[in-house]
Order: sequence, then structure tokens, then C-alpha cells
Amino acid sequence: MPPDSTRRQRLRILVQGVAGKPAPEDEQESLFESGLLDSFALPDLVSAIEKEFAIKVPDSDLNPRKFDSIARMDEYLAGHIG
Amino acid sequence: MAAYLRSFGAHLPERVVANAELAERVGKTSEWIESVSGIQERRWARPEETVADMGVAAAEDCLRKAGIGANALGMLMVASGSGSRGFPGPAAEVAARLGLDSTPAIDLPIASAGSLFGLALAMRLAETQGDVLVVAAEKMSALIENDPNTAILFGDGAGAALVSARPGRWRLLDAVLHTDGHSREALAFDGTGPLRMNGLTVILQAARKIPASITEVLERQNISAQQVAVFLLHQANLNLLTRVAKSLGVAPEKMFANVQRYGNTSSASMLIAASEWAETNPEPGPIVFSAFGAGFHWGAIVADSTA
Repeated sequence: MPPDSTRRQRLRILVQGVAGKPAPEDEQESLFESGLLDSFALPDLVSAIEKEFAIKVPDSDLNPRKFDSIARMDEYLAGHIG
Repeated sequence: MAAYLRSFGAHLPERVVANAELAERVGKTSEWIESVSGIQERRWARPEETVADMGVAAAEDCLRKAGIGANALGMLMVASGSGSRGFPGPAAEVAARLGLDSTPAIDLPIASAGSLFGLALAMRLAETQGDVLVVAAEKMSALIENDPNTAILFGDGAGAALVSARPGRWRLLDAVLHTDGHSREALAFDGTGPLRMNGLTVILQAARKIPASITEVLERQNISAQQVAVFLLHQANLNLLTRVAKSLGVAPEKMFANVQRYGNTSSASMLIAASEWAETNPEPGPIVFSAFGAGFHWGAIVADSTA
């Protein structure tokens, strides 16, 4: 499924809101390895995604790799909200 | 079936290891260590001091506070993920050094949630076994090297709790326990080499599972989080305690915290916290225990004061 630019823009806004800093231009860039988000920001980010996209991320999907970058989050959402 | 908490005990090694001592070793600053963990210092055991040494000291403290001798025990449990050998675990040595020669003693080698699982089991066994002493002892300093993600977090120590069918200061009301082994590699110690931890996975899972298990046990007892007098949680990280408070909608001050002074002592931390809290002559009201750790194992217990 191709990237959803609108969804990625919404994700970018969420990341910026949690990090308090602009999200990276490169949508593949790791938000954690770059230092933009730390381990305690990750639960906030998942909660923000659940609220924004009206989904429930099950515990079995609480894998940091799924939320490591804008692109990965978009891929995850594509599989869950179409 | 009724089970009560009669007393707590604790033992902390004398050696204080401040952040400044660790900072250079892990290539970070004291301030960074405190900002990511809330920890200012921790205790480390002497090289020759063992898990069993600390466990015996905490057990004796707990028994002294309960006013009973070890020979009155019906069962001993020793939780530890950092025992010095595979088997026999430290329970056998702790039992022998307490003077027990036929009382059943079992090990709970499940690290951080070990004391929680021990309390929950003791709650169910006290009526048939008699008084159950739950001990948790950890020498985490032996499991770490120079990885800043783990070396800054852990400390050594031991805690204990006496669970009895005879009335005590707190009545144990209910317990929920859970295990999900799908993430068992996220936090592990293989017996040699340093402890391994994927901090992102651990925090992400703990931040959801701890509040969920607390809510689960409180709802079963028709108690709201706001009614709880104190939350005595596994002392993993001060930032995590604050996050759990936020998730439950309670003030951070409701989370008893001593992780700043002792670091994360794995299974021992919850009982060390309970022991310190009990010494403060706390106000009556419901109390909640909760822990999350390697496995993942997690859960929560609710108790209420009897006075």
C-alpha cells in the first residue's frame, strides 16, 4: 500500500506534539536513535496515535519497531485502518 | 479464606554508589542519570556478600518486627533473579541459616515481579501452610557492566513480608497475576555476561500493563484509585512511577518512592519500599502493590488496613 501523505502529515504533527520539537524531514529516520523521543515519550506517542486515529493498539502490537519512524507508523496504521 | 500482612523487613548494603561514581564509567553525567531514572544513588553489596546474606538479614528484620521466631514459619519463599547458581536456589540456604530443617522453602526466580508473585501465592497458602515468609533478595550489581542503559539503574538489597492467616495490620483482599512470554528476550540475564534490556519495549509495555492490572484488581474490589492510601510499586524508575500515577488519575505523591536512594533492586524493591513505608506510621486505608518485569510477569495486589 503506498504511503498516505495526509496520514503521515497527521503523524508528523503528533510526533511534534509529543517531542516538543519538529519531526525529521526524513520519514524513515528513527525517532529514537536520533534522540527526538526517549523511552518515556513512546507510551505518550502510542496514546496520541490511538486518540487521533480512533484505534486501540493491542498489547501484542506494543513493539517499538512499529513506531520507530513516521514511515513505520504509517505502515502500521495502513494495516489497521486501511 | 483470609490472609494478612503482619510485618515487613529490609536490608540494604552499606556501600552507597552515587551517580558521580558511575557517570564516568558509563560515559554519561550525573545529571543525565538522574533525569532518565530519578535515581541519585544506589547500594552495592560487598564482593563477598551474597543474595542469601541479604535475604537472611531482611528475613530476620521482618521476623523481629512480627515478634515471632523462624521456627513458627509454615513456609519460606525466596524471590531472586540474581542468585549465584542455578540450583539449589537461595531459598535452601536462607532456610538453613534461619534454623529451619524441614519447613518447605521455594525459590521464585522471576526477577522484578518475584515478590509480587510470592505475596499472591502466600495469600492463598497461608491458611493451609501457616505463616509464610516472603523474602526477595537481589545482587543486581553482579549482573551489570558498563552499558549506560542498565548500569545506572540497578542496586542491591533485600526485603521481606510475613503473610499469615492470623490477623495482622493489613488484610490481603485480592490479587491478579499475568505472564506474557512473547517479549521474554526484552529483559533477560543468561547466567553469564551482563543483563540485557530493551528499554523501549520494557517501558512501553510496563506503562500500560501496570495501570491496567491495578485497575483490574481495584475494580474487582469496588475500590477506586483515588481511595487508595498508597501505591507500593516495584521501584524500577521514578519516571515510570509518575507515569503510572498519571494513568490512574492519582497524585504522584500517592506513589511511595525510594528509587532515588536505592535504584532498581528488582524483586526486592517492592518489599523494601513497603518496609520503609510501614515505618512511617501510615494513615489507614487501602494499599496497592504492583510490579512488572522480565518475562514479562506483572500484576497487582490490593490490601486494606485492619485498624
